[in-house]
Amino acid sequence: MKVLVFWIFAAALWMLLFWSANPAVIAGGCLAGLVVSLAMRPLLPDNLGRLLDVRRWFWAALFVPYFLYYVVRANLDIMLRVLNPDLPIRPGIVKLRTNLQSPMARMFLANSISLTPGTLTIDLDGQDLYVHWINISTDEPDRRGELIVGKFEPLLRRIFE
Amino acid sequence: MLERIGYIVIGIGVAFEILGCIGLIRLSDVYDRAVAATKCVTMGTCMMLCGVALFGAASGNWSMLVKAVICALFVLLTSPVAAHAVLRGAYLSGVPMAHTGAEDGFAQRAGELRRQHQANGQPAESAGQEQEASHEEA
Amino acid sequence: MNNFFQAAMLLLTLGCLMCLYRIGRGPTAPDRTISVDILGTLMVGFCCCMALVTGQDYYLTVAIAWAMTNFVGTLALAKYLEGRCYDA
Repeated sequence: MKVLVFWIFAAALWMLLFWSANPAVIAGGCLAGLVVSLAMRPLLPDNLGRLLDVRRWFWAALFVPYFLYYVVRANLDIMLRVLNPDLPIRPGIVKLRTNLQSPMARMFLANSISLTPGTLTIDLDGQDLYVHWINISTDEPDRRGELIVGKFEPLLRRIFE
Repeated sequence: MLERIGYIVIGIGVAFEILGCIGLIRLSDVYDRAVAATKCVTMGTCMMLCGVALFGAASGNWSMLVKAVICALFVLLTSPVAAHAVLRGAYLSGVPMAHTGAEDGFAQRAGELRRQHQANGQPAESAGQEQEASHEEA
Repeated sequence: MNNFFQAAMLLLTLGCLMCLYRIGRGPTAPDRTISVDILGTLMVGFCCCMALVTGQDYYLTVAIAWAMTNFVGTLALAKYLEGRCYDA
């Protein structure tokens, strides 16, 4: 099942990159997709069949503009900090917890954190996230979790779980 | 019209890439540099690729649009992973943070990871690293 | 049109020079690694400019391949950094 789903996606990617409906291109895509998906079989997550669920794609489509809004805000924030002659930063590494269960969701959470205001994930260990924060604004653990993790957790849970 | 928006988007993208490089020069330790540079350069590159996609749509060159979108998604997915790996490597190899007294919640876990590495045992590497350290000082 | 892209590529070259400064000067190895990564991402920007100047879309294929090799190379360097533990 998971090999089949991955095969379809690999072949579709191949055809999109070639952008032609030549029979040779389609045959090559199917063949290369088959080889790659068989070779990658031990690496694939077990529940890849979820990729075919339409509701998850709906939430993912909702997630993208939300995420891009935060990325733009993050960049304006970093820009002001870099151009300011005083360099107003207070860096440090903080430890956070997340409630997400599936590894894929945690990976996306870590990626999202890396691209949003002043934070970058250093390590991911089970449910613990270690985050480098360029300007630590509060000392309360709950408020920190809300500021960094809370923005993305609900949507990611709908997409991946 | 689409072309004009494309010009604006590419201009903003180039500006962000330059800002990222300025951040790479101005900030004072590896962690801050990685945070600033990765964010700004990733965003700048994605905006340039979006501009290319707009140009492709304006001139009816659909394969250009599709390739630009795929490339933008790829950069957006891989760039934070690369930054994460480099920073983790930096911390585990013992690069200190420039600001003294900064909060450090990672020290305990880093100690465990280092012990794991040592338990796996890499005697050949430790000999090489001393040589390299002396080379960097010189 | 060409003037705009010439200016853009000139600015990108300036960014590359800044990265090269950090690669040459950077006090630690991770500094250099992250600068090499940033330099590779700037090259994707160059590929975008070239694709629009020439109107050929295979430059974007080059950009995708470049981003992939850059990613794998950075990961390999990071893995190498992680292996060497300074303080025992």
